[in-house]
Amino acid sequence: MKIAICIKQVPTREWQPRLNDTKTWIREHEASYEMNEPDAYALEEGLRLREKHGGEVVVCSVGPARVQQVIREALARGADRAIHVEDEALGAADAFTAAAALVSAMQEEAFDLILTGLQSDDQGHAQFGPVLAEKLGVPHSTIIMEVQIDPSTGSGPGASMKVKRELEGGWFQYVTMPTPALLTIQSGINQLRYATLKGIMAAKKKEIRKVAPPAGLASRLKVVALYAPQKSKQTVMIGGSAAEAAQELVRRLREEARAL
Amino acid sequence: MILVIAEQKDGRLNRASWEAVAAAQQLAGGQVPVKVAVMGSGVAVAAGELAQAAVAEVVAVDAEALGTYTPDGFVQAAAALIAQQAPQYVLLAHTYQTRDFVPTLAARLDRALITDVIAIRQADGQAAFARPMFQGKLVADVVPQGPAPHLVTVQIGAFRADAVQKGQAPVAAAGITVDAAAIRQRPEAPFQEAKQAVDLSQAERIVAVGRGIKAQENVAVAEQLAQAFGAELAASRPICDNGWLPMERQIGSSGQTVAPKLYVAVGISGAIQHLVGMKGSRTIVAINKDAEAPIFEIADYGLVGDLFELAPALIAELKK
Repeated sequence: MKIAICIKQVPTREWQPRLNDTKTWIREHEASYEMNEPDAYALEEGLRLREKHGGEVVVCSVGPARVQQVIREALARGADRAIHVEDEALGAADAFTAAAALVSAMQEEAFDLILTGLQSDDQGHAQFGPVLAEKLGVPHSTIIMEVQIDPSTGSGPGASMKVKRELEGGWFQYVTMPTPALLTIQSGINQLRYATLKGIMAAKKKEIRKVAPPAGLASRLKVVALYAPQKSKQTVMIGGSAAEAAQELVRRLREEARAL
Repeated sequence: MILVIAEQKDGRLNRASWEAVAAAQQLAGGQVPVKVAVMGSGVAVAAGELAQAAVAEVVAVDAEALGTYTPDGFVQAAAALIAQQAPQYVLLAHTYQTRDFVPTLAARLDRALITDVIAIRQADGQAAFARPMFQGKLVADVVPQGPAPHLVTVQIGAFRADAVQKGQAPVAAAGITVDAAAIRQRPEAPFQEAKQAVDLSQAERIVAVGRGIKAQENVAVAEQLAQAFGAELAASRPICDNGWLPMERQIGSSGQTVAPKLYVAVGISGAIQHLVGMKGSRTIVAINKDAEAPIFEIADYGLVGDLFELAPALIAELKK
């Protein structure tokens, strides 16, 4: 089974975003970066499927040179090789642009299965997977918690698979579909593995194929302003030492909010 | 014209559809007609309900192949509907179903899609759609580019269903056919995992923990704090993903929705997926080391500091 994993490099959760001079984007060069967490679960699922059914796991990513950090990490965790659509201007690419940048390089590879996270921790459009599926002409399903390949149908193109899709409020649903197909993976589908020293060493020799983006990529979304959210409530901030803060909070919860 | 695509399941309207109608009416500002479409098999009752809104028309897209939701079926039907109606905007509630098929629809139409919108503003004579970014730490005003229609999904709870202007609208059948042979997904009936042993929606008080507790062994601290408050223990998604607490204790869009008298969020930054499950709580306390965490935007009381110092201090205080 030839499996593609689309991963995105995103600012770390701990990084407090700072705005650029025009207040339309973040100061990208000041951020520290990591692998988008839902994509890490997609990678893990791809590695497990390869262990079970054989084949190859290829990491695909879009963005500036800095993206190599998360590509190397994915290779260290066990992916076989990578495709990097590299361009400095793609650091702030939206989901449509990123899918358009990847589609021709991915089409050549003719993957049986494409996995990616259900959304990104930075822009959070939750669009990339279903958009890429449409551009590749393959069926998709989203927010997946389990992937079973039906062994009686083989593991190549045309194999049938059954996936468990998460619905709202604790409901689930099984969906059967043919491959090639694209799935967006929900966090928590598996337990993540971490790179071993051996894996990190091996990753250095693995191939990262760099591809230039296609000409004429145009974003469909224009950010005209970026700002901190407005508070919907007047929050009472309670300071002091831990003991003082605890005393004050409990007093207010008893006397003011009557919540105790 | 602005077209809302409402959501129904087994003929029952999803309440969030009214919020999308409210958003459409706000965007229209009385200047542009609003229509509402509902897609499925046997949608007459849902269409009749929608006809109580002050809109130009309710469009029923009724086809047997839409009886069970599939992304392929709904993309096909919605693309035909949009071609027929030629709207300037298409609005939907940002539900799991919308997330599943609308990006594909936008790609097929090659049109802009803005998801998870929380407000609509006018900027230089054009509509800008505000949406959260960077885990809710920032909000972006986004203007769609390229030709119409522009597709927009609105975050659940961001627009008020009770703000919908009421009226009386005619219902028309769209007469759209769906090619069932082109549907590649074969879904089975939805199910729930083993009966929810814990019904958090009945709890008077809840102490919920998030990533801030850092390690499984620290769950005990949260347990003691919950006990001291006389509260049920709950968690945000990552804690359940790690297996530190069972999934049935998860609060948020994929877990339970609660509105207790008191909600104490400990080490929870406040991702929107969590907030939708608890923002109706009467009193919200947030304890977090990061003063910029979005959870403080909805908290009544905020404590910035190390939860491993604050939790024991609170336990001691509550025992007094």
